[in-house]
Amino acid sequence: MSAPLDSNPSFAAYAHPERLVSTQWLADQLAAGSPDLVVLESDEDVLLYDSGHIPGALKLDWHLDLNDPVTRDYVDGQGFAKVMSERGIGPDTTVVLYGDKSNWWAAYALWVMTLFGHQDVRLLDGGRAAWVAEGRELTRDVPTATPATYPVTERDDSAIRAFREDALQHIGKPMVDVRSPGEYAGELLSIPGYPQEGAVRGGHIPGAKSVPWGRAAAEDGRFKTREELEAIYQQEKGLSSGDDVVVYCRIGERSSHTWFVLTHLLGFEKVRNYDGSWTEWGNSVRVPVAAGPEE
Amino acid sequence: MTDALPDALTELVDDFNELAAQDRLQLLLELSDELPELPDRYEGHLDELERVDECQTPLFLAVEVEPAGDPHGTVRLFFNAPPESPTTRGFAGILHTGLDGQTVDTVLAVPDDIPFKFGLGEAVSPLRLRGMVAMLGRIKRQLRDQVLT
Repeated sequence: MSAPLDSNPSFAAYAHPERLVSTQWLADQLAAGSPDLVVLESDEDVLLYDSGHIPGALKLDWHLDLNDPVTRDYVDGQGFAKVMSERGIGPDTTVVLYGDKSNWWAAYALWVMTLFGHQDVRLLDGGRAAWVAEGRELTRDVPTATPATYPVTERDDSAIRAFREDALQHIGKPMVDVRSPGEYAGELLSIPGYPQEGAVRGGHIPGAKSVPWGRAAAEDGRFKTREELEAIYQQEKGLSSGDDVVVYCRIGERSSHTWFVLTHLLGFEKVRNYDGSWTEWGNSVRVPVAAGPEE
Repeated sequence: MTDALPDALTELVDDFNELAAQDRLQLLLELSDELPELPDRYEGHLDELERVDECQTPLFLAVEVEPAGDPHGTVRLFFNAPPESPTTRGFAGILHTGLDGQTVDTVLAVPDDIPFKFGLGEAVSPLRLRGMVAMLGRIKRQLRDQVLT
């Protein structure tokens, strides 16, 4: 049995309002002891959860839990089932994800969970920062989850994941580069203030539109309204909800945020996240690269 | 392997390695919690500190030598990173605990790959350890600049 939906009127205009919950909704559910609801924190900073988290929440680390430790890929069906069952998550459990950096990593985790077909996975609008800004409780107590049974499901990469070859064939079709303008232009090889993740060429995939991910977030880190989002992606950039769209960034985390916006808030039907992103493309031999600002 | 290290740093290397991976994170969190505040003279003067861009979150670093410029003097380290960045603070805590109060020669002799000796690779991922490598590099470079000029 899944948790009730958040009927918050501010979500109603989105294409899939069932994918969002508000801080108040979450606080109410936690107070009520909602069964079969698991809250997961997914952060860039691997210690942030340990420094204090939403009571009852468990940690899901993108690097340690979702990535294969050897191959540059996600865990397989068996690995994913283990990660889920250890956290008391069954196939019908409602999972609410939240995290730092306006939910970059939470959106990334949601996208990975979608690759495995988990049905009911939602984002806490505004992420960790919204919860903290409202002065809500944080704790260092780590709950003990009762392991659940999670079926071993084959990951389906076909619908929402793009590989380098897909991106290569997609040149000329709608593509969104969500990195900073400096990275897009090729002036920067990584985000200012981030580890150099080693791309030997700077620039973007030819034809990609530049829409830095943060344009989808309001100042408080919550998502902008549907109207505001349509003004950016549809009116300004000329995308339409029936388009076949590929999104990318540096390693696929910021573009998961944009994937969520296009898919769940604006109702685009076919959006794929190219998780190899610039760390793959910018190191690939003889793939086309465009430099300079958006034309 | 750790012959040339100051005792405080050797102890930390041993402490971390004696723990299971998950408990290493707890120790890192303790070091993050205990990272000293900046002294008053640096308050409001973050622009005078060096910014370590390789860290995922801005970290500011100041290095002092007592007496100033003495190549055998005592090293004082000051760090500033926000509480929302406990990993960065924890890395700074390791370097503060292990290197603050040591002599310039001792700090300069610390191997550049020391961040990989705490067994943190599997607990935080090797990629994230680059931030600590960069911090140590900045500390040493500042020391070389300060004692040579």
